[in-house]
Amino acid sequence: MIEVQNLSRYYGEFAAISDISFSIQQHEIIGFLGLNGAGKSTTLKILAGLLSPSDGQIFINGSNWIENPDDFRANIGFLPEEPPLYKEMTVREFLRYLGQLRQFPSSKIDSRIETVLELCQLTDRADQIIAELSLGYRKRVGIAQAIIHKPSLVILDEPTGGLDPQQMVELRKVIRGLSVESTVLLSSHNLTEVAETCDRLLILHEGTIVAEGDQESLSRRMDTTQQTIDVVVSNRDNIEELLQNLPLLQAFTMTEEEHITVHCIIDCSTPALISEMVHGGFQIHQVTPTQSELEQIFLSLTGGAQ
Amino acid sequence: MSTIFLIAKKELSSFLNTSWGISIFAIILLLDGLLFNAFALGSAPRYSADVLEDFFYFSSGTTMIAGVLLTMRLLAEERQQGTDALLLTAPIQESHIVIGKFLGSLSFLLMITICTLYMPLLIQINGKVSWGQIAAGYVGLTCLGASTIAIGTFGSTVSRNQLSAAITSAAILVLMLLGWLLGKITSPPFDTVFSYLAFFDKHFQPFMSGKINSEAVVFYLSITCAFLLLSVRVIQSRRQY
Repeated sequence: MIEVQNLSRYYGEFAAISDISFSIQQHEIIGFLGLNGAGKSTTLKILAGLLSPSDGQIFINGSNWIENPDDFRANIGFLPEEPPLYKEMTVREFLRYLGQLRQFPSSKIDSRIETVLELCQLTDRADQIIAELSLGYRKRVGIAQAIIHKPSLVILDEPTGGLDPQQMVELRKVIRGLSVESTVLLSSHNLTEVAETCDRLLILHEGTIVAEGDQESLSRRMDTTQQTIDVVVSNRDNIEELLQNLPLLQAFTMTEEEHITVHCIIDCSTPALISEMVHGGFQIHQVTPTQSELEQIFLSLTGGAQ
Repeated sequence: MSTIFLIAKKELSSFLNTSWGISIFAIILLLDGLLFNAFALGSAPRYSADVLEDFFYFSSGTTMIAGVLLTMRLLAEERQQGTDALLLTAPIQESHIVIGKFLGSLSFLLMITICTLYMPLLIQINGKVSWGQIAAGYVGLTCLGASTIAIGTFGSTVSRNQLSAAITSAAILVLMLLGWLLGKITSPPFDTVFSYLAFFDKHFQPFMSGKINSEAVVFYLSITCAFLLLSVRVIQSRRQY
């Protein structure tokens, strides 16, 4: 449904993104990950119709960006990191204005506003001035403006940035609800949020896509790569020497307590190391991955672990 | 066409519903009234036509100030606050954005201008002036206001914040106001060009004395169209690059 083919964008000689291709199916929620400067914002701005590509094609429901920019824009909803809001308006006035601006049929605008208010859990704030709303509600108004014209693709850039944990959880529910009528492309630095919200991930590094797939398939790629875990074991004599003799343990550091926490860097699966430690006579109390699975995938693919 | 009026309506409504718009409204009317009382009326007996001419002279100044103040927020503030993304990602043409903003600001400026009508009416009650001179003066103020708003729209389009927008617009206006001086100190053919571009001297003065000069109307319309077109080009380039 959304097809990006060989997309490139140059700033002078510098290629912000180079030869990117991917496709997104209808009603998918895609997590767009990358370090700062990886080319995420450039890609999102092109997809939102704010920047034109230097090369490549983008199709949304068959509509080509280059040939029909206005048709293309009518199919896109965009929420930048800072929600763009006319703060002197009420929520309802703002949504009506944006709906009309994006040429949503006037006869259906009232019912659409009610649907969007309900979807974004804003019904009880509909007639409040936006300037009086909290950040959490402003983010919701930002999402509401992005979907008011019923776009095929909704692009959300850091939608939960600056929110407290409760607001984050509530907004994630709202984002999941968006996939009922649209495809969602979500960019975030919060990997927990991405893991909990998205069906599939696109990982961008230095202007190119380095990995694509769901978390499970990306995890399989991680089986042989380096990871870190904390293992709490009972203290014993010559513990340092015994740890050094474990072949699967690449490196470690220890805390000096009754129960020693061994910070392990391994190049194998966690169960393999634990099995080796048990056979070596270690009494294990607790095993904790120091990074989430997605963090390990992300850092490994983008070189951030170094 | 409907998007132009939608943007114009939103712009006009934001002037009417914010302290910024209302403050400009009040300050310009106050300035107009004070200048009329202090200089146009004066203390010595004068012909009504001369008083009215002086009223339009001072009103042209306050109209230009109002134009710069009203337009400094138009697009520069949107850019500063990131709300320009709402317009630039909408399926609308750049010309609709510019014309909509222009019409919204011009409508508000005309509302201020209409509120100054009580001063010519006072002259009419206490003396005698022709309705033609009043009408010609207001046509002139409308033309001058439209050109100033167009210059201000351009200044606001190329600037990143409101202050630099106001400075840019004021600089362009001052340069054009000084056209008569530049025309005197330069040699041909530049003297003719600068004299023609003189924003006030050559083109507004006939309106003050009650003459609607078609050349002046064409001049102000040309300036308006030229700066609106430039603003459209700036937004187009921003959308592409």
